[in-house]
Formats: sequence, structure tokens, C-alpha cells
Amino acid sequence: MQRYILIRLIQSVFTLIGVSIIVFSLARLSGNPLDVLLPDEADDETFERISELWGLNDPWYIQYFTFVKNASRGEFGPSFKWQGRTAMELVFLHLPATLQLAGFSILVSVVLAVPIGVMSAVKKGTLLDTVGKLIALLGQSLPSFWLAIVMIWIFAVKLGWFPTSGRGGFDHMILPGIALGWFSVASFMRLTRSSMLNVLDSEYIKLARIKGLPEWKVIWKHGLKNAAIPPLTVFGAIVVGQMTGSVTIETVFAWPGIGLLALQAVNARDYQVIQAVTMFISVLFIGMNLLIDILYAYIDPRVRFT
Amino acid sequence: MTTSSEVYKEPEKKIGNVVLEVRDLRTYLYTKWGVTKAVDGLNFEVREGETLGIVGESGCGKSMTALSMLRLAPKPAARTVSGQIILDGEDILQRPEPEMRFIRGQKISMILQDPMTSLNPVYSIGNQMVEALGMYYQGEDNKGLKGRAVDILRKMGVAAPERRIIDYPHQMSGGMKQRVVGAMAISGTPRVLICDEPTTALDVTIQAQYLRLLKQVQADTGVSIIFITHDMGVVAKMCDRVAVMYAGKIVEQGELRSVFNNPSHPYTKALMASVPSMEHAHVEKLYSIEGQPPALFDLPVGCRFANRCEFADAKCLEAYPPMFQDEDGHTADCWRLEGQWKKVAEATT
Amino acid sequence: MATEGNVLELPKESSWYSPSKLKHYIGVAIKDYPVLWLTILFVVLIFPALTAPWTAPHDPLKQELSKRLTAPVWSTGSEDKPPSWSNIFGTDKQGRDILSRVMHGSRISLMVSLSALAIGGTLGTTLGLVSGYFGGWVDHLIMRIVDVFLSLPLILMALVIVAVFGPSFWTAIGVISVLLWSRYARQIRAEVLAIKQMDFIARARVSGASNTRIIIKHVFPNITNTLIVLATLQVGTVILLEATLSFLGAGIPRPNPAWGVMVADGRDHIASAWWIAVMPGIAIMLTVLSMNMMGDWLRDKLDPKLRQV
Repeated sequence: MQRYILIRLIQSVFTLIGVSIIVFSLARLSGNPLDVLLPDEADDETFERISELWGLNDPWYIQYFTFVKNASRGEFGPSFKWQGRTAMELVFLHLPATLQLAGFSILVSVVLAVPIGVMSAVKKGTLLDTVGKLIALLGQSLPSFWLAIVMIWIFAVKLGWFPTSGRGGFDHMILPGIALGWFSVASFMRLTRSSMLNVLDSEYIKLARIKGLPEWKVIWKHGLKNAAIPPLTVFGAIVVGQMTGSVTIETVFAWPGIGLLALQAVNARDYQVIQAVTMFISVLFIGMNLLIDILYAYIDPRVRFT
Repeated sequence: MTTSSEVYKEPEKKIGNVVLEVRDLRTYLYTKWGVTKAVDGLNFEVREGETLGIVGESGCGKSMTALSMLRLAPKPAARTVSGQIILDGEDILQRPEPEMRFIRGQKISMILQDPMTSLNPVYSIGNQMVEALGMYYQGEDNKGLKGRAVDILRKMGVAAPERRIIDYPHQMSGGMKQRVVGAMAISGTPRVLICDEPTTALDVTIQAQYLRLLKQVQADTGVSIIFITHDMGVVAKMCDRVAVMYAGKIVEQGELRSVFNNPSHPYTKALMASVPSMEHAHVEKLYSIEGQPPALFDLPVGCRFANRCEFADAKCLEAYPPMFQDEDGHTADCWRLEGQWKKVAEATT
Repeated sequence: MATEGNVLELPKESSWYSPSKLKHYIGVAIKDYPVLWLTILFVVLIFPALTAPWTAPHDPLKQELSKRLTAPVWSTGSEDKPPSWSNIFGTDKQGRDILSRVMHGSRISLMVSLSALAIGGTLGTTLGLVSGYFGGWVDHLIMRIVDVFLSLPLILMALVIVAVFGPSFWTAIGVISVLLWSRYARQIRAEVLAIKQMDFIARARVSGASNTRIIIKHVFPNITNTLIVLATLQVGTVILLEATLSFLGAGIPRPNPAWGVMVADGRDHIASAWWIAVMPGIAIMLTVLSMNMMGDWLRDKLDPKLRQV
């Protein structure tokens, strides 16, 4: 078990290094950041002085190590667009809004997807199953930004049930939450259904029935824990999908989270903020996958002991 | 505890009254290709403490028969369309489905073929046993149930059961897993235990041990065993009576000795001949039955074995034979017995 | 003696109007029968993509300010601008014909997705083959790179790349292929690992075939089914990705009539002129839906192993 966690930990560190190289080089690709940062009338001497001060004249690998050193302390430098704030401050300022929305939509998708997926496997071939398949197909085909706009049009503008945009009470969360969760409901459900179908075919389900267990226990105890393994592996991807998907959804609903922050930073070429957001989301993803692999070992004892 | 070094003594048998009676059981599978008659009019009975062997090739409907007796034939394709399964005088096919829970495990139980896949990999064996025992002994606390689980495991020859109980299935060998499966099957003190090829997946040495264990359990508890297998050798070791199944029907049935000494259906003869034995060691080639059994969704009008039978004549192709019986109660469905044995039932197809 | 041996006897009568029959037909139309998705695919994607320059009723870029914000022909419209058959789906705020723009949008979607798939697919397949076949440190290296790409927030990275290089048709294709290859590599690697265990590979090796020859002659033919299914299932993803990028202003630049751009244009007018955003969105949905159905169908036919992908 410890060995397993250790290997995954080392792999995660490698992934993290790779991500930092890409994030670092992308920002450098755009040329000297001082071209953007300094006012046009700055003379060559100032330019040179600040370059020296910021280490921009150093060879690229020295610059990279400086970047990594600072990044590991959460320092990505000051924001260019939002004067007087550091990039990391901005990320943490916008984080709660995103976490709130992502959390809500994940909750909604798990609460919807798992029961529908399980039941459509158990009642395979019935109307319920057909409806489930239809939801799964639609969920993977509807562009979320379009769904968001159409929902605003119908439920906010025409019916007036919910506010059109912004962050506020619970009612503000419903439309963006559904728009964001729509896709993950579909993929979760599909996976749950197919893995539940495999499990229901197994001998141990037969044995559970032979023992005389009530049907709910056969399905929700013996079935679900085994069937949960494949959906769990994509859970990390889905959570981060929510974070990146939040760029579009937060834009449409003017939800003040890190997605909106990222889009504004990109439009303003605020590289410090972009780096901070990108690194932050990647670290979150890598950490999440690590956590899931450990959780996976907890659920499936066969992984635990090898 | 049974170990191979001890001198093995056959436990004493006490055979009592009829426990389970199956009458005209038919389970059909409704598939895309048509109706598959997996179980097509079976009649048999089992007495207390008795072992009935059901023998046949794979695909003849043996396993479907077993599942039908628990009403667990795979839905929605399979459906038991007619028949009676009378357990202690009551037809369980008439019971509402929710009540079947109290019959499964506690009246009729079953050991599955493959120990590798029949235990749930994500729960410890203790968990899986206590869960079942909790239903059989309602109101008993967890500690008591655990104690029972340990006792039963010990009875099934699991060494140091109080330690093994926290193990997960993948930590055990195949033979050990099958003992656990057996322990689960007898934990509800069932009247009838169906064993569906329980030793096929095991090593030969472990097979013999396992069969001995089952006999011991039978002697201790008086449980009736329905032993499903394709292996005539195992039948000879285990059973008191034999039913030979072919293409969804029982073609011959009787006391073990009677069937083995005087196999009367050509299929039974062929099955016996295909078992390697010491006496026939000089025969160079093993006998095997030519041809394929008929597809169960496209059965012939006449005798189902006719296309592979060396004695088949026009009559066999025309009509399915009625059941004939000799004075010992040994029955067989074959036209060649007409006139020699008493006709006891019309053809049932 | 009855001989119902092969007669299909259904346990219950079922007449043509029974709900189970109806459900059966819906099921067939959705899953088993390729007609439905083939029709959608042809009408929404293939036909307009191939023939838009000749069959579209208007020039997709031509602005007619007198006709601006005309409603679609089936709606009531307003007093001063009655809907007309000339603009079946209505017009946008510059008076451009929505139908013509949607039709030209198919062309863009098809081109972007096919190019991105070709580039990303080739790269991913090659790396997946190499990684799975050779194993060892090559495998480790490639898989760690795949991990890196799978951990990056896709849309955000695309936004950054576009911010650096500026939006264009080729930037969009490049960005999408970069994001696509890692999924291919991982899937193909898993497949190759399984194939490597098979006897015919050992046989080829024993008979002295070179690695390149084994990969090309023995491994590759065994992954083509997976490749086809994967490609079909990815077309939908790519179209969605392209639309999302275009919607955010990081994909196909204006004034090209990409579907995502059109939805973005219609966003501010959703209350007064819903058709501007809704029509291209329906086109995206139908295209992706039919591609996914086709992928499912192909998967069932070609590669049941992939059922969980």
C-alpha cells in the first residue's frame, strides 16, 4: 500500500514538472513580458535595468528554476491588469465562487447520475433505460455554453424564475449549476450503467441472490461498490472538466470565479495571472487523481495488497 | 478436520422421507432466435440425506435446472412456464417472489461452479458470511453471528477460521474459496443443497477432499444434495441415485448401482464408455460420442438422441419414446425397452 | 405429439399499438438502426459542407441592414419586418442570412474536425504504438508526457495559445490536435499491450521479423477497428471543442460563420432575437448527436471491447 502510494506520488511529481515547463514556456513564447508591462515611452536604460532586476537576461534554465522556486511558494508576481494585487491573491479571491458552483454541479450530477445509471442497468431494456440512454446521448451532444444561453432565455428572461446572471443566493446557482453539470451527468451515468451491467452478470451477484439477500442489498451493496470503480477513475477528469468548463459557463453567467478571471486575464494578456490560474488548476487535477487512486485502493482490496 | 493422511472412513448414511419433488418442470429461454427449451419437463425427487446426481454434457440444461429450482433463472429471457417444485409439501413456484428470500439459503441453497468469481472481491469473507447469517438468525448480535461464521468455516475445513475471516477473496486459494462458498451455502441450514459442478475448477487432489467434506456435512446435517456434474467418476463417488439429462430432458433415472450396472439408454451407455477406467486401460482409444446434441431451439420430433444413436431406427425419428420402468424403479426413455420394461408414462413432449 | 420445436411462442399477446412495441421501435430508431443518424448527419453536416457555396440561398457574409433581425419564417415576426421565405431561419443583427451561415458553418466544422483528427490522431497513434510495443523507459517517458497533457486545463491552454499566436483557422486546428493526441496515445497503448501478449506476435518474433515489421504488419492491423471507433467518437468532442473555442473568441476568427461564433453573436440578443443563437446551437447538437450515435453503432459492430470508453 505504502509502496503504491509512493510510486503514484513520484509519478505526480514528474507530471507536475512537465506542466510547469509547458506553462513557463507558453508565457515566454509571447516574447518579453516587459513589452507589455512597461509603458511605451520607457527608454532602453529602464528596460535594461528592469530586465536585469527580474532576471530576464539570465539563460532560460535559470529563469525556469526561478519560476519553479517562486511558483512553489505560490508567487507568480503582480497582476498587470488588476494593479496592486498579486496573481495568486486574485486566484484565491475568485476561488470560492468557482468551488461553490463546481461543488453544486458535481453534487447534482452524482445525485442524478448514479441512481439513474444503476436503475437503467437493473431495468435494462425498459422505458426507464431508454430514457436514461436518451439523457446520456443528449448530455454528450449539447454544447454547454449554448444550453446556458437557452436556459437564460427560457427560465430567466421568459419565465423569470431565476436571475439571468451574477452570484448571489441559491437561485443564482441553479442555472449555471445545471449547465455545468449537464455533461458530467451524461458521462457518469453512461459509465455507471455499463459497469453495473457487467457486475450484474457476475457470479457473486448470483451468489448474493442464492443466499437470499433482498434485491436492494444485492444491487446497492454487492453491485454498486464493484460498479463504482470505473466511474471513480474518471471522477478526477470530471471535476477538472468542471473547473475548465467554468471558463465558458462563468462567462455566460458573469459568475465571478477563476474561469472568468482566466478569460479576462487572457484578453488583457496578463501572463502572471494566466500562469497562476493554469498552474493552480493543474495542481488541483494532479492532486485529485492521486487522491482518487488512493481511494480506489481503499474500495478495491486487490489494488491495496499488490 | 479431514486431512489426507488420516484413514478416511465413509460417513454413515441415513436416508429419510422425500424432501423435494419436481414435477414436469419446464424453463424456456425466449431469445432472438426462438424459444430454447433448456429444461423441458423434468421429474425427479430427493429424499432427506440423499444425494441425487444430475449428469449430462454442457449445454443440456443442468445449470438452468438448478437456477430454476431457486427461481433465479436469468430474467427476462428465461421463464419457468410450467411445473411444480414441491418442497416439504408446498409448491414454491406458487409463492410470491418476496417470500423466495426466505427459501433461498434457508431451504434451498447452492454452490456455484467457479470459486474464483463467486465471492464478491470487495468485501471480506467475514462480511459476506455475517451478512447472510444476519438474515438466517434475525435478532442475533454481530459477535454471535461472527462466532457462527467461524464455526461453519471450521466445519468446512478452513484452518484458523478466526483469522481467515478478515481476509479478502483474492488472498485465498481456489480450494479455500470453494470451502468458503460451501460454508456460506450451508450456513442457513438448508434442506436441499444444489452443487453445480463444485469441483470442476479445482485441482484433482483438492477435489477428493472437497467431496469428502460434502459427504461429512451431509452425514452431520441430513441435508439432501443435488449434485450436478458431467463426470461419471464423481457421480460414482458421491451419489445414491442418478438422473441422466440430455437436451433438456431426463432420459434415464435410477439407483446408482442399477444405472451403473445396467445402463439402459444408449446415451448413458455412451457416457459410461467415455469414462477412462482401470479395467479398460488396455483399450487404446477412449470412446467419445460422435456428433452434436440438437440445438435446444430447434429440437427434432422424435428421440433427441436419435441422430447420434447407433441403434436408432425409423420409430426413433418419428416420435419421442415414452418412459419405461423396470421392477427396481429404474426408468429410461428409449423405444428399445418397449416390451421388456413396463410403460409408466406417455411421451411428454 | 406436438412439434413446436422452433415456433416462437411469445408468452403474452402483443399487438402493434402496445407500449412495449412502441418502445421497441423507439429503441431501434435510436440505437440499432443507422437510418436516423445517417439522415441527420447527411442533412446537417455532409450535404451543406460539400455544397454550401452553391446551395446556400445567400452569401453568408453579405450584410443587408434593411433586413436585420428578421424572424424565422414560422414565427410571427414584427410589423415592420415580416418573416419571409427568403430568410427561412431569419437574419442576424447585420442582416446576414442565418440559414446560409449555418450551412457554411458545417463546412468549417467538418474541415476543422477532420484536420485536427488527422494530425492529433496520427501523432497519438504513433506514440501509443511505440510506447505500448517497446515498453521500458520509452513507455515511461511517453506516458508521463501524456499525463502532463491530460492534466492541463484544455480550454485555458487553448486560450493562452490563441492569445499568443492570434486566432486563425490553423491555430484552432493546431490547438485541438495538441489536446487530442494524448487521449489517442493512451487508448492505443492499452490496446497494443493486450495485442503484444498474443501468440502471433511471439511467432513473428521467433521467425525473426524486425520490430518495425511486426508493428506495421501484425500490431497495426489489429488496432484499426479501435482507431475507427475512437475517431468517430472524437469527431463530436472536437466539434464541441471547436465551437467552445470559437464561442470564447479563441477559435475561428470573425467574420467566418463558425457555429460557436454565431452563438456568441446571438448571446446579447437572446431576449429579442432568439434564432441567432438557437439555430447554430441546434446544428451543433444534431451533428454531435449523430456522430456519437454513429460511434456507438460502429463500436458495437467493430469493437465490443471498447464498450466502456
